[in-house]
Amino acid sequence: MRLQRLLAQTGAEVGMTLRRGESLLLTVAIPVILLVFLSKIHLVPSAVSDSISFLAPGILALAVMGTSLVNLSIATGFERGYGVLKRLGSTPLGRPSLLGAKIAAVVVVEVLQVIVLVPVSLALGWHPTAGGAGVAVAVVLLATAGFGGLGLLLAGVLRAEVNLAAANGLWLLLLLVSGMVSPLAKLPRWLEEVAKVFPAAALSQALHDALGLGHAVPGWAWLALVLWAVLAPAAAIATFKWE
Amino acid sequence: MPAISCHDLVVRYGTRTAVDGLSLQAEHGQVLALLGPNGAGKTSTVETLEGYRRPASGTVRVLGLDPTAEHRALVARMGVMLQRGGVYPVMGARRALRLFARYYSDPEDPDALLELVGLGAVASTPWRRLSGGEQQRLSLALALVGRPEVVFLDEPTAGVDPEGRLAIREVIGALKARGVCVVLTTHELPEAERLADEVVILAGGRAVARGTVAELAAAGPGPAIRFGAPAGVDVAALAIAVGAAPGDVTEERPGQYTVKGESSAGRVAAVAAWLDAQKLPLADLRTGSGSLEDAYLEAMRAEKP
Repeated sequence: MRLQRLLAQTGAEVGMTLRRGESLLLTVAIPVILLVFLSKIHLVPSAVSDSISFLAPGILALAVMGTSLVNLSIATGFERGYGVLKRLGSTPLGRPSLLGAKIAAVVVVEVLQVIVLVPVSLALGWHPTAGGAGVAVAVVLLATAGFGGLGLLLAGVLRAEVNLAAANGLWLLLLLVSGMVSPLAKLPRWLEEVAKVFPAAALSQALHDALGLGHAVPGWAWLALVLWAVLAPAAAIATFKWE
Repeated sequence: MPAISCHDLVVRYGTRTAVDGLSLQAEHGQVLALLGPNGAGKTSTVETLEGYRRPASGTVRVLGLDPTAEHRALVARMGVMLQRGGVYPVMGARRALRLFARYYSDPEDPDALLELVGLGAVASTPWRRLSGGEQQRLSLALALVGRPEVVFLDEPTAGVDPEGRLAIREVIGALKARGVCVVLTTHELPEAERLADEVVILAGGRAVARGTVAELAAAGPGPAIRFGAPAGVDVAALAIAVGAAPGDVTEERPGQYTVKGESSAGRVAAVAAWLDAQKLPLADLRTGSGSLEDAYLEAMRAEKP
């Protein structure tokens, strides 16, 4: 019975996400456009010889952030605003199944993003380190938990319209200080250190190392990813309200 | 065991007291209407019964369960219609009903429910494009999909057209016949009059009157002739003309008059003849003892300092 509810809710969440034009723009269209544009037009001279090697992991990180932070947060904020969460609170669905379905829907969209972005990257001449795939999956799941917790936290404390602006603003801010589309090392030293505290830079660094360079992921990135993956969902659960 | 009961219920928001020592109960197969103006504490009471609010003091039981502590057990047996919203704006009625049906172990057939509330023709229209009345009917259907034993309807007929009201009334009648306890809030007196077995009139978070519709009407003002005419009619002259005591003819509200005492055909004729002689129009003539509306207005008047 519990599984039936979880599956029904997951199906509904996935269906609604895929039918929302603005969420597909953010999660699929923008990453693909940035990937093609920045790899063809060398706006940002990168440290590595070919720009696609740098851009492909960075854009994957960007796509993950769009889904798990922005998309989840905005949708949840409006569901609260429309009284949907409140109404669900008096059904047998229950909080764990609702959150489980939301997480499952995020992972489904992320899989779709990989299915779209990886072939495009390969077509643009990307040569990933295949051995890093396992590490990359672990890194993405940790980042998803961290971003998702942060997004739900925002959706829980802000009004839907304010949250819409805040989530998009945070996405842009984190994009600028994440090393996703330009190397972290290009930032002033102090800003680079600040950036490393947030999960965006850690995710980007980890994917670059795992998929691009075949390096080990540095300790600071693991630390940031794990801390956010534990603390942000805990804070979201502590502040979560049906209304 | 009553289907719902609360005893000395107090609900507070910060320092504001929304419900102030309310006791009520309703049995299976009974329709209880909570009546009162905005801010009387109707929604706060219902949302406490539903488990959304924790009482500041007092005890609340629904189907013998504590609505907050035993929420998991209660939600499977309870149907809820919120005052507004509550459905994904992009979701159509059929999809929403099918989704909600899968939350319950023995749900109603979603398609049959859709027909029951008359939404078959707009089954695929997203919620946000339904009319207010259609949204209300979908909310009602969603409250019923789990075959509840107790149903809470917060302003079920607000914004609903006459046809929709009829559909909602029929559904509530069918629930009652099945032994479901229905608690509804409304500030529309005719709805309460038609639907409720038991009415509790709330003001300022307290029950100011309660009973069946007939009991409330009987306890209200006694027999009288009530009519509408232009404001400012000379009530003293009218009293003399119809042979009533001077204080028995009153202008209750501008243009609304009451002639207390027996409401015989002869007296009605006297009122009409006097108005005719003054060349005044006559509207909304009613006779007999008070209605629920009279009882309600009297209860509200008594509340005002």
